[in-house]
Amino acid sequence: MAIKHQTPMLDELEKGPWPSFVTDIKKMAEAGKEACADLLGQLELSYKDKEGHWKHGGIVGVLGYGGGVIGRYSDVPELFPGVEHFHTLRVNQPASKFYKTERLREILDIWNRRGSGMLNLHGSTGDMVLLGAFTEELEPIFGEMTSKGWDLGGSGSALRTPSCCVGKARCEWACIDTQDLCYTITQEFQDELHRPAWPYKFKFKISGCPNDCVASIARSDCSIIGTWRDDIRINAEAVAAYAGGELAANGGAHGQETKLDIQADVVDLCPTGCMAWDGKTLTINNAECTRCMHCINMMPQALRPGTDTGATILVGAKAPILEGAQLGSVIVPFMKLEEGQYGDLMDFAEKAIDWWDENGKNRERIGELIQRLGLSEFLKAVEIDPDPRHIREPRSNPYIFYKEDEVPGGFQRDIADYREKHAR
Amino acid sequence: MQDRITDIGPPKYDEMWPDVIKDNYGKWLYHDILEPGVLLHVSETGTKLYTVRIPGTRLMTTDQAEEYCKIADEFCDGYFRFTTRNNIEFMVTDESKLEALKKALADKGNMPLGGTGAGVTNIVHTQGWVHCHTPAIDASGVVKAVMDDLFEYWGSHKLPAQVRISLACCLNMCGAVHCSDIAILGVHRKPPVIEHSHLDKMCEIPTTIAACPTAAIKPSKEEVDGEVYKSVTVNADRCMFCGNCYTMCPAMPLADADGDGIALWVGGKVSNTRSMPKFSKLAVPFIPNEPPRWPTTVKIIRQIVEAYAADANRYERVGEWAERIGWERFFEKTGLEFSHHHIDDYRFAATTWRNSTQFKW
Ligand code: HEM
Ligand code: HEM
Ligand code: SF4
Ligand code: SF4
Ligand code: SF4
Ligand code: SF4
Repeated sequence: MAIKHQTPMLDELEKGPWPSFVTDIKKMAEAGKEACADLLGQLELSYKDKEGHWKHGGIVGVLGYGGGVIGRYSDVPELFPGVEHFHTLRVNQPASKFYKTERLREILDIWNRRGSGMLNLHGSTGDMVLLGAFTEELEPIFGEMTSKGWDLGGSGSALRTPSCCVGKARCEWACIDTQDLCYTITQEFQDELHRPAWPYKFKFKISGCPNDCVASIARSDCSIIGTWRDDIRINAEAVAAYAGGELAANGGAHGQETKLDIQADVVDLCPTGCMAWDGKTLTINNAECTRCMHCINMMPQALRPGTDTGATILVGAKAPILEGAQLGSVIVPFMKLEEGQYGDLMDFAEKAIDWWDENGKNRERIGELIQRLGLSEFLKAVEIDPDPRHIREPRSNPYIFYKEDEVPGGFQRDIADYREKHAR
Repeated sequence: MQDRITDIGPPKYDEMWPDVIKDNYGKWLYHDILEPGVLLHVSETGTKLYTVRIPGTRLMTTDQAEEYCKIADEFCDGYFRFTTRNNIEFMVTDESKLEALKKALADKGNMPLGGTGAGVTNIVHTQGWVHCHTPAIDASGVVKAVMDDLFEYWGSHKLPAQVRISLACCLNMCGAVHCSDIAILGVHRKPPVIEHSHLDKMCEIPTTIAACPTAAIKPSKEEVDGEVYKSVTVNADRCMFCGNCYTMCPAMPLADADGDGIALWVGGKVSNTRSMPKFSKLAVPFIPNEPPRWPTTVKIIRQIVEAYAADANRYERVGEWAERIGWERFFEKTGLEFSHHHIDDYRFAATTWRNSTQFKW
């Protein structure tokens, strides 16, 4: 088919060694997909204008769900009728994004027939994002999808699709079953995921160890990060092999030829100074270790996390809007999370979300609410005792808001009693 | 309608696993990066699993996804996976298959191996002009231009440590880019332009006012062509160009060809390795939008990466390097200009000022 729109600026993005989304979409446009041709046309116009050309969403969706679909319309539909409606569907990805091709093709096939043929693998939340459907196609797409065993993810003031790292499926450091947790939480909260009823969005993200490959500490309201309480496991033979230059440093991350200087690269960079190396034996004072992962990353064949594993739970991370960015704060220093035994976690999540749902203002993330009402108030709500692990340092201002019941005799006093002892 | 299926959730994860993953779940002993883009995982069962990593463009067609499926069918028993950073991973257990797989990928031309270890892996990013309504910049095009330029670091391990780059196309930061070694952020610089004649019809005025985090919006009556409309005004001095009002009210667009562009941030990290996770800090407040290839942005990012590569200690992330040498040295070594905009004046600003006589000349 002839090229529908000239795209001289986008054509520049076909050059260079990195795979080109333009080349990809162009091929599908040339094969006759109108939405692809018109998307490129409209994008070219945006490149010329240096302004986007999408209209604010409008409410579209599938029956009975309050989310999972983001409405979008072109503001130049007469030029690009193929993208006049360009709604997206968020399709809940399988935890940690392994695919059986046969199953992935179910989605690709539906999307090819009923949608634009363009998608994000994956959106930043984790969902597969099907980009560009007409309103009348939404319900049929949903019907076909669910009949094949797929469902929509979350959007709006709801639970957002949980996501997790590759975990035990293919990583030796996973201290918890990230996929199973992710799947269980997703199933447990189906109603909250599909029917927005909260002050704002809420995200769970699960990483198997403190390397935090899904960046949960930076972007999830409830960040679950695997950790351990006992000793780092040491394989003395492998330590000797690292010392002897037989094994590459940092799991080969700096090339197989880069070897390890155990003193300089491991012991001296340990942030707590809890390691020692005498040229033969590596020792770790585990009581002082903060489980930063540095030494383990450096010597993956010699060191492994301990076996008394569980998770640290941090709450309240979010991007800057509105009150400025926040990282997650430690709330539960350690929670056991053996496969299938997630009662403690569900109890905790329920208490935390109830408190937020009750006290949060419209469009207030839980992290902002904690800032507004205080970390202590939140700890009380989830029934956790204060602990130095909750803070980086104790307060340095003297403005403690004592409650009346904390002070003997309370706040009610008689001025006459005072005046008896003190002249006016 | 009766038989309508709802609330089934995603397919269970293990329906998507090849036998080798099922059999070795939780049994992995260690990994080793054999070469850029090729990982070896060894299990306590003795199984060796080779993973080959190539970049995905995130935005792709079903045809492109089908290409990946075909490779997975041919070499990996019909299984593959995506990483959080939009990379694609093919897994094989047999060394001879590994070589055949590598060759097949090389023949494709757009599937270069890399994204492992001390290099630059794929850029996590948001929608940009391809789908969203509030972006200040495009996403996919900027990513393409930056990765073309940094391509030598995709397939090599020659940086001091991994460099994670992220992009978000407005202050909402959907991708939560605020903890990246280098963050590319789309920013608006002009307050919303208000369509008084339509605002009351298109928007709910109280929610629009409430949407503004700095309370810059006030109700007002405005006259247009002799007619008086209920509308709002924006106190320009209080506006931080966040676009929250536009999300609530389409009669207040922010996008502007001259006003919009890119800010660059550096030195964030999310891992707990050595130092604690940290936010990215402002490096360059504004670079104009330069489609299609954003040359100034590309050049400055390279400048930062090269200064880091030349000066950081091995294993040191960008933020750890900047903190060790001091931010005064960071600006000197990267050749970036320091301006008023680098000094925080939002909430908690004072916590970022220097309260010490310790600094370097
Ligand atoms: C006031 C704040 C925010 C507003 C108004 C907002 C608005 C939006 C809109 C309109 C989209 C749809 C983009 C499209 O496909 O057209 C979107 C997508 C998304 N948002 Fe936000 N957002 C906000 C904050 C955030 C934050 C703080 C995060 C993460 C921490 C986030 C994560 C996402 C993700 C992951 C997507 C999916 C799209 C993608 O993968 O690029 N958003 N947001
Ligand atoms: C020194 C710090 C880090 C080390 C040693 C490290 C190590 C690793 C390793 C070994 C893997 C491969 C796991 C596997 O597939 O077998 C991995 C995956 C990954 N890492 Fe990290 N990581 C570090 C920090 C980070 C950070 C800070 C981020 C994000 C900002 C990150 C993002 C990722 C992502 C997205 C993946 C793919 C995980 C997935 O597929 O779900 N990593 N990392
Ligand atoms: S977070 Fe830890 S367990 Fe999960 S993939 Fe990354 S390194 Fe492995
Ligand atoms: S994990 Fe970190 S703190 Fe613990 S011993 Fe290793 S380097 Fe030191
Ligand atoms: S970062 Fe902003 S412009 Fe980009 S997708 Fe998110 S809301 Fe839209
Ligand atoms: S752009 Fe943000 S700060 Fe400016 S008026 Fe709108 S909501 Fe308020």
